[in-house]
Amino acid sequence: MAEAITVNQVNSRPLAAAGALTWREIIRFFRQRNRVIAALGTPLLLWGLFGTGLHRAFSVGGQRFMEYYVPGTVQLILLFTAIFTTISIIEDRREGFLQSVLVAPIPRWSMVLGKLMGGSLIATVQALIFVVLALTLGIRFSPLIGLAIVGWLFVSALGMTGLGFFLAWRMNSVQGFHAIMNLLLLPMWLLSGGFFPIPAFDAQSGFGELIMHWLMRLNPTTYMVAGLRRLLGGSLDASTGAMDSAGSPIWEPSLAVCTVVVVVFAAVMFVVSCRISRRTTAGDLL
Amino acid sequence: MNVPAAIRVSDLRHQYGDRLALAGLSLTVDTGEIFGVLGPNGGGKTTLFRVLSTLIAPQQGEVSLFDLSLPAETAAVRAAIGVVFQSPSLDPQLTVMENLSFQAALYGLPRSVYQPRADLLLATLGLSDRRGEFTRTLSGGLRRRVELAKGMIHQPRLLLMDEPSTGLDPGARNDLWQYLGQLRDEMGVTIFLTTHLLEEAEKADRIAIINEGVLVALDRPETLRAELGGDSITLETKNPEDLAARIHSQFDVAPSVLDGLVRLELADGHSWVPRLMESFAADVTSIRLGRPTLEDVFIARTGHCFWNGDGNDSDVSAGKTKSKRRGSHG
Repeated sequence: MAEAITVNQVNSRPLAAAGALTWREIIRFFRQRNRVIAALGTPLLLWGLFGTGLHRAFSVGGQRFMEYYVPGTVQLILLFTAIFTTISIIEDRREGFLQSVLVAPIPRWSMVLGKLMGGSLIATVQALIFVVLALTLGIRFSPLIGLAIVGWLFVSALGMTGLGFFLAWRMNSVQGFHAIMNLLLLPMWLLSGGFFPIPAFDAQSGFGELIMHWLMRLNPTTYMVAGLRRLLGGSLDASTGAMDSAGSPIWEPSLAVCTVVVVVFAAVMFVVSCRISRRTTAGDLL
Repeated sequence: MNVPAAIRVSDLRHQYGDRLALAGLSLTVDTGEIFGVLGPNGGGKTTLFRVLSTLIAPQQGEVSLFDLSLPAETAAVRAAIGVVFQSPSLDPQLTVMENLSFQAALYGLPRSVYQPRADLLLATLGLSDRRGEFTRTLSGGLRRRVELAKGMIHQPRLLLMDEPSTGLDPGARNDLWQYLGQLRDEMGVTIFLTTHLLEEAEKADRIAIINEGVLVALDRPETLRAELGGDSITLETKNPEDLAARIHSQFDVAPSVLDGLVRLELADGHSWVPRLMESFAADVTSIRLGRPTLEDVFIARTGHCFWNGDGNDSDVSAGKTKSKRRGSHG
């Protein structure tokens, strides 16, 4: 029996399958030019507009807003990639493509890995393009730190695409996804410390600040932004004496804490994505 | 028997919420046959297809493919089957060849193995000059062929197809059946397909007729038709109940009324046509004599028409899910 089945030379090669899925994600991305433009163009535009517009109103720890806003823009690029991953899952399902992946002899983790790797690589490259642009602002780092930044972007992207995958899996329409984007993903970005600094919490802080502080502190993307800010040499740590525009100290997690949170977040998102993908959803039954 | 059955289903039940889609279905598909599952839409055949293709796990009952049971040996089953879905499963952003090589990667095939196979498949299916085209630019018929090539790239022993003729014109449908016959004869592939088209089911080696989640008939199409014997006469009239009663009292035969039509199953139908017309010419709008079809088999076994949904349906078919009326009766 077993012999008859191997006659057709089908072997489960989960990594090769994941590689093929990754390759497909990348090809699809570049064939849909509007995606390239949207994912990189929008954050760039916002960076230019906010950076210039808020230049006078806003200065943090002596940094110009454009400089301060670099990690936040990178985070926005990662966020958009997560959004596209979300949409591509819904598209794969609606186009019917997912059906043939679901009945292929590969474990679910292989499918998830392929999808997340594809999304993350695209995000990393786009974010890197922006980081290179940021060099024009006078931001400098050593080649070693450069490598660390690449790794940082990739792991952060993995977490974000994992989150997108997890959210998208049970969704049948792009409409439902808009709610998620507006209610969860965009607020996550706004509260990441990329757009405005996280108020330190001390005895003088009011209730509003307390809420804000903890919302931001519990937000995993905060650690992506803070870690990148430290790697780019723009730390706003209390020890640097940096103050926000109101003259209050800024809270910033250490690089070690950031690393742990970012790695754990990516791992957890991968695991929950694998778990949720074992469930059949109504959308698979076209 | 040395050769295990390609598919063995026993007492399969499946429920979507409150709705019972399969109510204790049992059937066996032998290796090397083209097996059709015929049934009206909503009759349970798609659910059966989803279970066999491993898209959903069986809720109750036993299912095995080549003696590999589901869901325990899902991975081995997946390696042994090729699946062609009713809805498209191609990536429109990829070319024909890219779709195939992606599929090959899912089945762990190295390029040295899949490349010659893909060439052969594309040649056989008349797609050789389309390999570099994006599948989104292909016509529906061509896309179906790519789906088929995709389902066959890992040379499965069993090919599962859900409504394979959907969207195909008669010519393409013929080509498809020719190819399926070729697969069966030359490679010994077992083919399992679902259809709601009576004329398509006729082409299968054996068919199972499924209605409301249960098996109503299973045999060779010609055997099923022969069982009914004789001919069927269908009369169209304004008042079918009345006409049936009058035919009954005058000729001592038992006509049935179904969907506003009076039907008779008789051994020598041709001699009955003039007799019926002489007596009831004034009431009959049309009369049709035919050999028994699979629809007649369906009617004989279930007591209602294959297609229903007409406004003037008789009570027999009332309350069933409405399906679009596609063909004429018979």
